Amino acid sequence: MTDDVLVTHDITKSFGALRANDGVSIDLKRGEVHAIIGPNGAGKSTLIAQICGGLAPDSGTVHFLDHDVTAETVRARARMGLARTFQISALAMEDTVLQNALLGALGAAGRSWRMMRNVLKDTYLCGEALAALERVGLADQAAARTAELSHGQRRQLEVAVALTLQPRAFVMDEPMAGLGSEGSKQLTALLDELRWQAPILLVEHDMDAVFALADRISVLVYGRIIATGTVDEIRADPVVREAYLGEEA
Amino acid sequence: MSREALVNSAALLLLVAVPVWALWADEPFTITLATRAVIFALAAAGLNIALGWGGMVSLGHAVYFGLGGYAMGVLAFHAQNYTPLMDWPFTITGTKSMPVIWLVAMISSAVAALVIGLLALRTSGVYFIMITLAFGQMVFFFAISWPTYGGEDGLSIYVRNSFPGLNTLVPIEFYGLCLSVLCVILFLNARLIRSPFGLALNAARQVPHRVETVGMNPTRLKLSALVISGAVTGLAGALFADLNRFVSPTMLSWQMSGEIMVFVIIGGVGRLFGPVVGACLFVLLEHFLGGVSEYWQVFLGLVLLGIVLFGHGGVVGMIAGRGRTHD
Amino acid sequence: MTAILIAEQVLNGLQFGVMLFLMAAGLTLIFGVMGLINLAHGSLYMVGAFAAATIAGATGSFLLALAAALISAALAGALVELVVIRRLYDRDHLDQVLATFALILIFSEGTRWLFGSFPLYLDIPAWLSGPVMLPGGIQYPLYRLALIVLGLLIALGLWLLISHTRIGVQIRAGENDREMIGALGVNISRLYTLVFALGAGLAGLAGALVGAIQSVQVGMGEPVLILAFVVIVIGGIGSIKGALIGALLVGLADTLGGIFLPELLKLFTDPAKATATGSAFASMAIYILMAVVLVWRPTGLFGARV
Repeated sequence: MTDDVLVTHDITKSFGALRANDGVSIDLKRGEVHAIIGPNGAGKSTLIAQICGGLAPDSGTVHFLDHDVTAETVRARARMGLARTFQISALAMEDTVLQNALLGALGAAGRSWRMMRNVLKDTYLCGEALAALERVGLADQAAARTAELSHGQRRQLEVAVALTLQPRAFVMDEPMAGLGSEGSKQLTALLDELRWQAPILLVEHDMDAVFALADRISVLVYGRIIATGTVDEIRADPVVREAYLGEEA
Repeated sequence: MSREALVNSAALLLLVAVPVWALWADEPFTITLATRAVIFALAAAGLNIALGWGGMVSLGHAVYFGLGGYAMGVLAFHAQNYTPLMDWPFTITGTKSMPVIWLVAMISSAVAALVIGLLALRTSGVYFIMITLAFGQMVFFFAISWPTYGGEDGLSIYVRNSFPGLNTLVPIEFYGLCLSVLCVILFLNARLIRSPFGLALNAARQVPHRVETVGMNPTRLKLSALVISGAVTGLAGALFADLNRFVSPTMLSWQMSGEIMVFVIIGGVGRLFGPVVGACLFVLLEHFLGGVSEYWQVFLGLVLLGIVLFGHGGVVGMIAGRGRTHD
Repeated sequence: MTAILIAEQVLNGLQFGVMLFLMAAGLTLIFGVMGLINLAHGSLYMVGAFAAATIAGATGSFLLALAAALISAALAGALVELVVIRRLYDRDHLDQVLATFALILIFSEGTRWLFGSFPLYLDIPAWLSGPVMLPGGIQYPLYRLALIVLGLLIALGLWLLISHTRIGVQIRAGENDREMIGALGVNISRLYTLVFALGAGLAGLAGALVGAIQSVQVGMGEPVLILAFVVIVIGGIGSIKGALIGALLVGLADTLGGIFLPELLKLFTDPAKATATGSAFASMAIYILMAVVLVWRPTGLFGARV
């Protein structure tokens, strides 16, 4: 078994004339945070959809835990322990925080066909869900209705749902989206701990968070990876500065 | 006790008290009316599982209601004529026993829901509505043009079917039976929505992509809910046919589908007792407005419009407050 | 069975199809532009038929009757849009279903109140009645032939309207991107009322045209409405071309199924039983067609790919 948890090999995806991903090869190793950065429209969402399933690459492969999962469904990859979070929180707003966390535990345990037992009396599922809420600092909000949470708390709950899957790798789609600097700092600290549980593929616009967390950064521009390296290497890379960082300055 | 629980208890209390009063005051028609309301409530409780928790706007629930009705009609028809239902490859005879009829009604409705669901759940939104409506019309026309079981005229049954230990011909006993069935189904319904399946189904309605990314299949969850939903509405159909001792294609019509949906919506979508309150209100409106004018449905239409445009969450929602309870 | 009989049934299928198209075209535009499911479209069909029967009874003119059908249904449509429908655009489909179901109750029972429960009759005018001889020795009713021609002309007119006029540009913009039409400086609420009235007028016209072959009665609209839904599921939401092809397919499947299935069954069983069984299954033909399309292409033949 190698150190690579998640690998894409030369994946390409076109929509009509547009090449959204053009030969993208990235890898995620044990214990690391690998950030993917790039301007809007660079093909990050397309890349995530192919890694997590739901969108099949035109060519190339996706490997997860040394299995070729290119042809597997979203569900199969999730059951293998690929946990994703959404840029726009995908939470059942009418339900309580605990119920949302239970959903992940339920999926991981494959208990969704139990029809007559009260889910709140399932000590195993509730234990898993509460542990995840504890981990992200939402345990005291377990009974609250999700719609009543602040934006920052919803971002934490996104991570908690992913945690209940007993993940072997995280794929996080802009977890910092919409957070203020304080919320961003808190979540950064949380993700910094989580990397030891499972490595994180982090797609993020918040450069402070990226520079604080990432062991490696890949820069995606116009569907191609133009550079991969450590934070310092990427900061110093003239091509990156021109193509991407330069625009922000 | 929450306000919703109070509403529920009050509804249940009335369902017991009114017929008991009617028995004492010798008003058998009131008992028949209450039986009608309870059976409609059961049909709507079935739809509520698909609509309220699964988010599937099925405008074809008359299919299950009617199939349940025909399950009763066909089995009792063969029993009263002493003809077998089929001879080959083995002989099946008709029956006048309610438990057997109910089982057949639920199974045939469940199978119909499975087939329709497999096709309709390939789509969503307005497509789903149109497809369920269309398949409803298909079964309706089939029943009209299939002559063996009365075609357009329907089937009459001479004597109400039997249930062990009861004389179902006595209105209050049949009412008690129907109310017991409703209570059992509502109890199971309450268990279902609190179960892991209920939690997953509820999430599949709100955030299907999330359900998928935690390893579950939202379409299969919804399909299962639709099958359960169809079976419950089918059971109600069998009881309704027994109440009238008559089944006809009217039970399969699109108007019937619309009415079952109206019961759920005026009561409160996704509320355990929404269908009960809605069906009772409908039967009351039908009775009293119908007494005022032959064209009472104009007023029913206006009331419905008012509820959609200005009231949210149906009657239970208006009394009990906005938030739906799922815990 | 002769070739002439088959040709006649094909023509009947076409006639049925173009009338379904008039219903489905309005429905699919309303879906496409406003995102609204309108169960009350069948009521507007009925309004057209009753208006036509009333005017024809009063004036004796069939053309005036058709004009009355078109205008009264369009006006009823505009009124309903202004009073009820426009409050539903931002609502979910469930609210739209319930509100338009309520409108059916109001229209149907209101009409019964005004006109009674007995059907009215609308006569085919003398200048359109009688058979006409077609090439190949086929005798066919002139009126039905006129319906086919008129239906196809309306289809052509709609296509010209949508592809070659300012209104058409706005409608297409509305189907693609609702924010864009605002940016184009279009008065959206006026556009919506107009599209709704257009759809209603077409439905009313269809009601009057078909009313002359069948009877004019309360509840005549809903079976046609449901068939129009089948047409839209087959053709794809928002597509006029899909509505036309879907309508013709449904029309042909229905009439030809009614002829061929009993004949087919006669090969296997005795004639009387074959006729009964065959016509029962023929009534399912169009729905089976819909099921096949759903399996093959869930968003319809010409619907947007998801």
